[in-house]
Amino acid sequence: MKKYTFTEKKDTRSGFGAGLLELGKTNPNVVALCADLTGSLKMDAFEKEFPERFFQIGIAEANMMGIAAGMTIGGKIPFTGTFANFSTGRVYDQIRQSIAYSGKNVKICASHAGLTLGEDGATHQILEDLGLMKMLPGMTVINPCDYNQTKAATIAIAAHQGPVYLRFGRPTVPVFTPADQKFEIGKAVMLNEGTDVSIFATGHLVWKAIEAGEMLAAKGINAEIINIHTIKPLDSKAVLESVMKTKCVVTAEEHQMNGGLGDSIAQLLALKLPMPLEMVAVNDSFGESGTPDELMTKYGLDAINIVDAALRSIARKGK
Amino acid sequence: MLKKGTFEQKYTIMPSISELEKICSQVRRDIVRMVHAVNSGHPGGSLGCTEYFTAMYFEILKHSPSNFNMDGTNEDVFFLSNGHISPVFYSVLARSGYFSVSELATFRKLNTRLQGHPTTHEGLPGVRMSSGSLGQGMSVAIGAALSKKLNKDNSLVYSLHGDGELQEGQIWEAAMYASAKKVDNLISTVDVNGQQIDGSTDQVLPMGNLKAKFEAFGWDVLSLQNGNNITEVIDTLKLAKTHTGKGKPVMILMKTEMGNGIDFMMGSHKWHGIAPNNEQLAQALSQNAEHNGDY
Repeated sequence: MKKYTFTEKKDTRSGFGAGLLELGKTNPNVVALCADLTGSLKMDAFEKEFPERFFQIGIAEANMMGIAAGMTIGGKIPFTGTFANFSTGRVYDQIRQSIAYSGKNVKICASHAGLTLGEDGATHQILEDLGLMKMLPGMTVINPCDYNQTKAATIAIAAHQGPVYLRFGRPTVPVFTPADQKFEIGKAVMLNEGTDVSIFATGHLVWKAIEAGEMLAAKGINAEIINIHTIKPLDSKAVLESVMKTKCVVTAEEHQMNGGLGDSIAQLLALKLPMPLEMVAVNDSFGESGTPDELMTKYGLDAINIVDAALRSIARKGK
Repeated sequence: MLKKGTFEQKYTIMPSISELEKICSQVRRDIVRMVHAVNSGHPGGSLGCTEYFTAMYFEILKHSPSNFNMDGTNEDVFFLSNGHISPVFYSVLARSGYFSVSELATFRKLNTRLQGHPTTHEGLPGVRMSSGSLGQGMSVAIGAALSKKLNKDNSLVYSLHGDGELQEGQIWEAAMYASAKKVDNLISTVDVNGQQIDGSTDQVLPMGNLKAKFEAFGWDVLSLQNGNNITEVIDTLKLAKTHTGKGKPVMILMKTEMGNGIDFMMGSHKWHGIAPNNEQLAQALSQNAEHNGDY
């Protein structure tokens, strides 16, 4: 197992804030819109530096999505910021008609996704957003794993023509990807080459997959670990090549099983290469109040859950 | 009579009122023929807004029909928020030169660019945003207006809305924003025909005093008493232009008659979304003379 280390933990939302600030300096067409969550989204640095390109919309997310769509007419590249729940479910029809169907170059940037939002509870802990967004034709869906990758993804999506959903979160997580990485939309990242099981993880579950890989290595199991930061378009080639080799699969994500990364990979494999597959995800349930760590444990999203899923998947091989 | 599709060349000089009235008559023919041909679509609101669209596209807008570009740089841009009145939009776009009038015959048919509700998806010149699901167009228009301000582009943004559409909450989010942030390069118009699918707006959900509501939301509100009088429409739109750039978004409350121009369609919600049969079509056409050539 390749060794991964980190010197600090940071929140992915801060990676977004840093990326947005850099874009402000390098791309005059980038504008930012926020629905009364500037501090939470770490958009305050952009607001301070580029006040003429920052638009405080107030608590009116539907209006924000429409304004963002309209601003593309004239060549602006709008980045909208609010919590993942209010970035998707609350404004689905606005995104569907005014952004996705209209093919507008809007970047929907969503923080506080999933259970790790913590104490605010289920009203704010959306676990359906990846599914909602990936079902929209033409929508690119990205869920980076740490601060550096979120910053790189934020910068990369400005250069991509078309609507993008960028998902990140609130808790601090290990920063282990390179600060100077080139983020390639739709390109999976190989973290550890292995032969016994393929673990495909996204977002906050990527570091947990690395921890799981170490635990599996201690049991003599050589796991292949791949970071799927782009849910859509899925890197089908990377997934199929890995599964061809390992013959069994685990997916891991902070999302419902329905509609998430596991769902995408299950569909791909069912069509092209049926193999045993186990999913580490929330099983048709809302979240609740608690600390992020408590919630991840209660809902079965820890490294140990990935280990158990890997063992189950390996046990099903060839049967 | 003009040959088909020659409007743009003819009207590089502004047409006279009598010419505009003739265009309205032809647009009404297009509307009923389009919805009759596919036995679907929304003639009522389309007919009621015929003078508005004709005034906009042949007199008011600063635009380049034969050279459409999505960004609309240094042009006025228009958004239709109540997308179901696509027949009048398509007819006027075609007759002002955005695409061939012969394409009107494809309305709502498989593989058409003239979808049931307007969309950018098929690349139809003149359409900058999909609409149909109501309540979204004012936000979009505000976005385009903000973009123009950032680009130091002094041209204007227009939007049209149905009165029933004002029942959507997003309209009021947008209305609040536009005045608070001084979006004063925007002229929105509400087609106050008092009708919606299930009946009159007063039966379905009375909206009270719209002028007072928009004024309370900080808009500069103009009232247009007869939106089916082309002179009045043009005068009010020209007046509205003089109200831009003064720190407030401009609203025109435009009274129209749903189904205007065809006697048996007027004054009722019943022709909101149904097509005439053969007899009714003949009757409708007999009331609106052909001036510029049917498609």
